[in-house]
Amino acid sequence: MYSYWNVFRVIFLRDIILASRYRAELANPLIFFIMVIVLFPFAFGSDPELLRRVTAGMIWITALLASSLSLEGIFRSDYDDGSAEQMVLSGCPLTLLVAAKITAHWCLTGLPLIIIAMLTAYLLSLSTQALQALFLTLLLGTPVLSLIGAIAVALTVGLRSGGMLLSLIILPLYMPTLIFSMLAVENAMVDLPVDAELYFLSGMLALSVTLAPIATAYSLRIRMS
Amino acid sequence: MLKQFHRLVSPKYFYNLAVLLTPWFSWLTALLMIAGLYGGLVFAPADYQQGESFRIIYVHVPSAWMSLFIYIVMAVAGGVGLIWHIKIADVLAKSCAPVGASFTFLALATGSLWGKPMWGTWWVWDARLTSELILLFLYLGYMALQSAFEDRRVAARASAILALVGLVNIPIIHYSVEWWSTLHQGATVSKIDAPSIHIDMLIPLLIMALAFKAYFVTIVLLRSRTEILEYECHSTWVSELLNKVESKT
Repeated sequence: MYSYWNVFRVIFLRDIILASRYRAELANPLIFFIMVIVLFPFAFGSDPELLRRVTAGMIWITALLASSLSLEGIFRSDYDDGSAEQMVLSGCPLTLLVAAKITAHWCLTGLPLIIIAMLTAYLLSLSTQALQALFLTLLLGTPVLSLIGAIAVALTVGLRSGGMLLSLIILPLYMPTLIFSMLAVENAMVDLPVDAELYFLSGMLALSVTLAPIATAYSLRIRMS
Repeated sequence: MLKQFHRLVSPKYFYNLAVLLTPWFSWLTALLMIAGLYGGLVFAPADYQQGESFRIIYVHVPSAWMSLFIYIVMAVAGGVGLIWHIKIADVLAKSCAPVGASFTFLALATGSLWGKPMWGTWWVWDARLTSELILLFLYLGYMALQSAFEDRRVAARASAILALVGLVNIPIIHYSVEWWSTLHQGATVSKIDAPSIHIDMLIPLLIMALAFKAYFVTIVLLRSRTEILEYECHSTWVSELLNKVESKT
């Protein structure tokens, strides 16, 4: 019989391998991220002082958009080719399978996004403390985005108006993550402690790690019924 | 007891009950609304600081209360429908959403109308205003998801999950926004520093709150009647009902 760990690993590796077959698609969210970042100086003007102040904000907003756009595909191919149905029927706990898929998705899009974001922030000459805070908030925050987003994706996968609807549903749910992350970075920029915000983000991460896979699995089941 | 409950949640029985209750609640709404508005607009003394324009709270505050209350009702009804597969709960949850969204919008609109003479601007990034706006987004997302499905059953269950996720998020959103606005821009304009409201002003306010509740019940009954008829359009009792209406006219 299978062990839970094996199931998790198989699904995780499957998604990683599938993604590595379409390398160009992996790069898309990152290119999108850089392009949107470039839009900001055009909109705000190239005053370095102003840009330094809004750097962390634009990185976070762009990360939100990139995450909600890339999340859309997390269940789509499985839904289209029927593997999602097999997962529901397989008898393995669907929560576990879903958790593996979300983890794989975060490793494929969240992690590279953090690296690119840190590089961008460094090039835009954010201070060291702010860089540190930005890194920590992205590290704690992007998994929250993936986890909460996965619920909404499971609800909207395969619908005609999927993409737009998805953003409409998840952006309000993303707001607390954005707020706490920005507060942390702003505090760090003026050398204030950031512990409280980081604790809040960790709390939200703990909450979504425990609840979101269950809700996602339940949503998928409803869509399959 | 359980049998009674099952009868109560059968669509046919609930439809008849709703038909029976609608006029009662409509009259109750009308009476309370007249009493509350008269009390609020005529009886209550003008505020010593804000003059007459404070009277907008008789619409603003009850609708703000209703906006959150209806979301909770909606999410709980959705959850009940999800767990026990009760059709009526699904119908109720669906009927709640547009009413709740309207109340949220009303609270925002009246707040902004009040803000123009008081704060000198239509919109302030105040914590309460902002979380009310996010609540409106939650309602809109719920309604968008609800209308995206062809199958009513799936629509009800999927949007129930969204409502429950939203319900878990509402306190987090509320406190994060509060935290953000207090730290972010300091006390620019904190709301009326609640000098406990005078009893002559309070009573009309409470009457208005009850009037809004009664109005909510009336509208939900009306909406759920239509919903039930659409839901059950293939069942015999609906066609019998339609025949009866046709033969009358």
